[in-house]
Amino acid sequence: MDFNHNEDRRMLENTLSRYVREQYDFETRMKIAGADEGYSAEKWAEMAELGIIGALFKEEDGGFGGHGFDLMVVFEQIGRGIVVEPFLGTAVLGGGLVADLGSDEQKAILDDVIGGAKTLAFAHGEPTSRYSLSDVTTTATKSGDGWVLNGHKSVVSGGDSADTLIVSARVSGDRLDEDGIALFMVDAGADGVDRRDYGTVDGYGAADIILRDVAVEASALLGGEGDAFAAIEKATARGILALSAEALGAMEVVKDMTLDYLRTRNQFGVPIGRFQALQHRMADLLMEVEQARSIVINAAGALDGDRLEREKAVSAAKNLIGRVGRLVAEEAIQMHGGIGMTWEFSMPHFAKRIIMLDHMLGDTDHHMARYIALSSAA
Amino acid sequence: MDLNYSEEEYAFEAKVKQFLKDKLPQRLSDKVKGNIRLTKADMEEWHSILNAEGWLATHWPVKYGGTGWTPVQMHIFEEACSAANAPRTVPFGLGMLGPVLIKYGTEEQREHYLPRILDGTDWWCQGYSEPGSGSDLASLKTRAVRDGDHYIVNGQKTWTTLGQHANWIFCLVRTDTECKPQEGISFLLIDMDTPGIEVRPIITLDGEHEVNEVFFDNVKVPVSNRVGEENKGWTYAKYLLTYERTNIAGVGASLNGLEHLKVIAREQQLDGKPLIEDPYFARRMAEVEIDLDAMKTTNLRVLAAVQGGGAPGAESSMLKIKGTVIRQEINDLTRRALGPYAMPYVHEALEEGYNEPPIGPEYANPVSSDYFNNRKLSIFGGSNEIQRNIISKMILGL
Ligand SMILES: Cc1cc2nc3c(=O)[nH]c(=O)nc-3n(C[C@H](O)[C@H](O)[C@H](O)COP(=O)(O)OP(=O)(O)OC[C@H]3O[C@@H](n4cnc5c(N)ncnc54)[C@H](O)[C@@H]3O)c2cc1C
Repeated sequence: MDFNHNEDRRMLENTLSRYVREQYDFETRMKIAGADEGYSAEKWAEMAELGIIGALFKEEDGGFGGHGFDLMVVFEQIGRGIVVEPFLGTAVLGGGLVADLGSDEQKAILDDVIGGAKTLAFAHGEPTSRYSLSDVTTTATKSGDGWVLNGHKSVVSGGDSADTLIVSARVSGDRLDEDGIALFMVDAGADGVDRRDYGTVDGYGAADIILRDVAVEASALLGGEGDAFAAIEKATARGILALSAEALGAMEVVKDMTLDYLRTRNQFGVPIGRFQALQHRMADLLMEVEQARSIVINAAGALDGDRLEREKAVSAAKNLIGRVGRLVAEEAIQMHGGIGMTWEFSMPHFAKRIIMLDHMLGDTDHHMARYIALSSAA
Repeated sequence: MDLNYSEEEYAFEAKVKQFLKDKLPQRLSDKVKGNIRLTKADMEEWHSILNAEGWLATHWPVKYGGTGWTPVQMHIFEEACSAANAPRTVPFGLGMLGPVLIKYGTEEQREHYLPRILDGTDWWCQGYSEPGSGSDLASLKTRAVRDGDHYIVNGQKTWTTLGQHANWIFCLVRTDTECKPQEGISFLLIDMDTPGIEVRPIITLDGEHEVNEVFFDNVKVPVSNRVGEENKGWTYAKYLLTYERTNIAGVGASLNGLEHLKVIAREQQLDGKPLIEDPYFARRMAEVEIDLDAMKTTNLRVLAAVQGGGAPGAESSMLKIKGTVIRQEINDLTRRALGPYAMPYVHEALEEGYNEPPIGPEYANPVSSDYFNNRKLSIFGGSNEIQRNIISKMILGL
């Protein structure tokens, strides 16, 4: 057994961690998160230049990584900086689907993606689908050689800034069926694409996207007509791993800051870390964050394996991360007292991100139910 | 034992409900319901409606313009107000300073300040905490030095809730440094218009301006503005805190929050079925509802034990911990109930008059920021850790 990352990944980790420390400090992050653009094109280009996007794709797709542990390394650092740039939508979900299903012609876009010239978003969730992956009511109807899309996609992460949307739509079957879902590459500026852009509570960019008779050519179809579910599930698994690693990175920061606070904040003439009531809670926090790290490692290791193993591992990760995340965020705020409630201080922004990550790609309850279902299927 | 209200209490409840139906402006209840930010004028409006009815100072004796209600009546009133989405009254003058003046003030102070609290002339804020003195309140450093018939006050207070609206602040100040920390504190009433006072906003994690820092630079305060004896302020401060804590239990707010949660859980869908039918979600909702059922009775038991107007003692710590944990759990469940729509946030949508269509369900926008904002409940008024220390010392004798 070897729980160390290999040399390449260690380098990747060092590069990104230095970048975040030096070029993406808290003040810079808050400025970017507060601006209308949703992210900084300049930072995006710099990180592309450093090879961060390439590290999320496999060699055959033009990258130099793309395995579970690459995702883990990159997203942990993204979490440590609460980086708002659209890595998830562009490189993991959108990019992952193009890499998985795209024809050579379609995959050409990945060069631009890896180079930082183009961003993608996965427009999949709908107002009533919650976290279900097969609950798709957006329709794709054949029209001549092409298709016409109609529907409402909700809370699309990075949807506010993406150049190209990967849109899921139903070509056949009933609302919850896994069969009958297809994927389309849609230009975000296409006629009939109506975007409502907004920021999220934790400072990220997202959009609700209404598709009204959006006409796309046959070449927009990614993969087959209606068999996209397996690829969606796989890309989502990668997304779950990424988000879990991101949460882990953010939790590490929050844990360190809280520990530091317990050592330096004096009340009753002693550092508050002298109070056993807080010592035990800090000890629990440490333990749970280590558990979180282990579950992320499990998910990273299972990512390229057999479907059932993979899905159980990512559901386990997302469930545990959700539980630990809430504990860490709430305890950190509590143990900081009033300071933990302030905008000016960085820690609460990490806490907000950690809590909001539970609302992406399935929350604690969703993945608990799914884990149970997958276990009984085994 | 009789767990039902008496006939008079039911009649009282009916009267309160009728009053709320007649007098609570829908504009205000709509705002409270939609979690739209209340302005100073909104809060003042509701105070003056209650005052006109004689129902503003629920905790005060009739002699001073209060209601003279029994604890059970107060509870009935609070619950009915929450259910009707009435704004909460601002507690600093009514729930905190009022009782202190009534118990420890001079007749002159009572005659001067109490009516001004009722008619809205004065808006009070609470100057207890300092940057270096939170849980360890007795370590406070803001100095008041006697100079003839004035004190000269220097120092800084922080976390002053709604201090931006206030024209008066009640402060704990150090008047003696040569003794045990608890023994050199005095309780001063300070006019915020006095030269040398500066109020600076603190923005909370949800982006709101609700708390402030208050700086005192050679502020001249008449000695007659001291409540009680010099250096005995700690006694009054503690008395006030027991009132603050009972208020924080917020049973009415929890009941109302739970109702709101149920509405949302009925409307939100999970795999095509109402979320309220999901066993995981239903279980957690039931747990918090059961806790709240018990809490209602615990609250009444404590209130009944202090019939006659005394302040609850260490029991108020119990109410504070349990009450805040329940409210926070309801906030958490409400956030979860929204699924992905817990994420979008439009700050302007909390302002009156915003009329863009909502993102997602119309009730979604404030839910997550409420969840974050209400993390304060277990921090202020003496953190829940400090309450546990009080319980273990005062009730358990450990
Ligand atoms: C939104 C908000 C509004 C507020 N409004 C007001 C107001 O209007 N007026 C006012 O005067 N104050 C106000 N406060 C201040 C509030 O009362 C303090 O924040 C509170 O007393 C905690 O103090 P602190 O923030 O300095 O935390 P600290 O005292 O530094 O505590 C940090 C952590 O250590 C824990 N801790 C400290 N001592 C012990 C111990 N002995 N044993 C175990 N754990 C311990 C605490 O519980 C907490 O978790 C407000 C605070 C907030 C957040």
